[in-house]
Amino acid sequence: MGNAVLQFLIVILLLIIIAIPLSKYLYLAFAKEKTKLDRFFFPFEKIIYRIAGIKNVEETNWKKYVLSLIASNIALIGISYLILRFQQFLPLNPAKIGNMEQTLTFNTVISFMTNTNLQDYSGETGLSILSQMIFVTMMMFTSAATGLAVGITIMRALSTKGKLIGNFYQDYVRANVRVLLPLSVIVTLLLVGLGVPQTLDAGTTVTTLAGKVQNIALGPVASLEAIKHIGTNGGGFFGVNSAHPFENPNVLTNIIEILSMWSITAALPLTYGRMVKSKKQGWIIFGTMFAVLIVMLGIVYQSEQTGNAALNKLGFSHEQGSMEGKEARFGIAQSSLFTAVTTAATTGTVNSMHDTLTPIGGLVPLTLMMFNNIFGGDGVGFVNMLMYAILAVFLAGLMVGRTPEFLGRKIEPKEMKLIVIALLIHPLLILGPSAIAFLTHLGTDAISNPGFHGITQVIYQYASSAANNGSGFEGLGDNTPFWNISAGIVMLLGRYLSIIAMLAVASSLMKKQPVPETIGTFRTDNVTFGVILIGTVLIVGALTFFPVLVLGPIAEFLTIR
Amino acid sequence: MKAIRLAIVMVVLFGLGYPLAMTGVSQVLFPKQANGSIVYNDKGKAVGSELIGQSFTNSKYFHGRISSIHYDAASSGTPNYAPSNQEMIKRTEQAAKEWLAKNPEKSIGDIPLDLITNSGSGLDPDISPAAARFQIPAVSKATGVSVQKLEQLVKKHTEGRVLGIFGDPHVNVLALNMDLQKWMLSKGK
Repeated sequence: MGNAVLQFLIVILLLIIIAIPLSKYLYLAFAKEKTKLDRFFFPFEKIIYRIAGIKNVEETNWKKYVLSLIASNIALIGISYLILRFQQFLPLNPAKIGNMEQTLTFNTVISFMTNTNLQDYSGETGLSILSQMIFVTMMMFTSAATGLAVGITIMRALSTKGKLIGNFYQDYVRANVRVLLPLSVIVTLLLVGLGVPQTLDAGTTVTTLAGKVQNIALGPVASLEAIKHIGTNGGGFFGVNSAHPFENPNVLTNIIEILSMWSITAALPLTYGRMVKSKKQGWIIFGTMFAVLIVMLGIVYQSEQTGNAALNKLGFSHEQGSMEGKEARFGIAQSSLFTAVTTAATTGTVNSMHDTLTPIGGLVPLTLMMFNNIFGGDGVGFVNMLMYAILAVFLAGLMVGRTPEFLGRKIEPKEMKLIVIALLIHPLLILGPSAIAFLTHLGTDAISNPGFHGITQVIYQYASSAANNGSGFEGLGDNTPFWNISAGIVMLLGRYLSIIAMLAVASSLMKKQPVPETIGTFRTDNVTFGVILIGTVLIVGALTFFPVLVLGPIAEFLTIR
Repeated sequence: MKAIRLAIVMVVLFGLGYPLAMTGVSQVLFPKQANGSIVYNDKGKAVGSELIGQSFTNSKYFHGRISSIHYDAASSGTPNYAPSNQEMIKRTEQAAKEWLAKNPEKSIGDIPLDLITNSGSGLDPDISPAAARFQIPAVSKATGVSVQKLEQLVKKHTEGRVLGIFGDPHVNVLALNMDLQKWMLSKGK
């Protein structure tokens, strides 16, 4: 226990040490005015603009911004679809992998474009080396850059007044070139040094000590692994993701991967604080996210360390905790931390199998995806939290009978309608399709674990899709047209509807005349607001999902207790 | 049109440029790790990867964790058994029974749990030091190597927490077995 707490504290300390300078870097990287970063990066960006035929990067209104975003994403979807459908005929396919099936391709392409990285295929047998590079690795950059661009733009809108929200192409190229690429290069080299392979060979064959033949799959793993975490993507090179010893060979790579997926999304609230010229605003949001995460981490650690009650009852040792589906080198502490961070930051990479978690342990990643705003994915996680912040201000305003204001802008029915739509779409996308899945054999046939756990498997799949997380209760037999298509649609709606709604909210707030702050203004930069924000997140989250949590993990917990 | 051209730039830059450049640099800086940390025997033949577990079924070797894919490293995976899954409980009990048959003086609560559970990857190269020590009597009986020597080998191959803080102590099964075999050869066993 003492050692686990120490492991957590040091990683958290490292996170804060990284997040503070990174938040400043992000601020400079996307600044409107010229910065010293321009001198270094602009020549490079200019080449990209020229080849892509982007003549100017003038600011546009929010509708144009959304259109550019969608156009760029559709182009990527189209190219990716072709790559996967024809990978058999493309070069760099030493393992002779065939073309991907149609509905699986639909699911996979959407999954990577929406930063979800739900994988109904297995990397070793489903993708060629070339596809791992030009589809997976490429999409990991571009989808994260899309999210980051949205996050930054919304922050910028809240800190200025006017009609023009920014230029999507500029934000997107900057996110790729200034943020994701340099960080990925550094992390790749660290990972290779610590044992992650990086080769164009698809594998090698050895004769084991016991005299058997063992084929070992290899590939350009480290370069994918780096952006997989930095971009909060989460799709593994291999089927078992970061539990695979090549993706995550030791505890140091485990910590590097945790910090990689956590840093940008933790730095963004602080960047926001800088943008709105009140660092306290940023720290309050950061603190809110942190408080919820710590509680969730405590729960998953405690539950896993106590072990599986069904085995404990039979007299098995529970000294090590629940080791089914976990790796010996990580143990309970590093597995729990990874589980909490990957679902908080909606990365979806896993270093233990979430399907095998104890009931209450499994409740934690599920709940974090249902919140979808405790750090959250690069850019979009912050936007989701902002949505809750505005809701919190609105609720507080109702209680005291004042017109709610956020950062000096009046919150009016138009904004609230959009926010409520964005808020409601998330539970609808989880609960609606789950209900359909339970009603048909197409859905229930996929369940691999009997009893209440099977309910959790289905809910988890759609929660992961709607939150664009991508982790799974992987026992679920999800590579069927029903699951491929339904989860694909959930991922699409889960990603773009809230992005569009929140860009509209930001643009609407941007046009408003700021009202001067008075003694009666409800402040959003103090602990009181932090507490109200936590309350809003918990109440909205709990009220929506509590019944289904009772049917799934809580019922399972009670039956094996 | 702009969008399509930009997408092609992204494919070239991040799909080809970045991974190929990283492959080149990695192959120069860290050739061993970049190619899968392959280990060789004294004759220079590749016997495995130090990161990937192997299937050991003979009592002359220390065994690794349960792997539903039998350590087939061309793939990876687990059966993803829920904690309430009866199949998992049956399999765990069966594994425990087999270990207790080899160690009649022990009881079910003495078996380190990692030894009788499926790892996350199905390729876990490690076991806990307790799981290695638990196997010593059986390995000693099968090989004729003294318990003290085996204890010494296990201790030698136990990797502690990094900086005394991070991760869990573990023993690399392949490295331990290679060392054991080498020692036996040198003693003519």
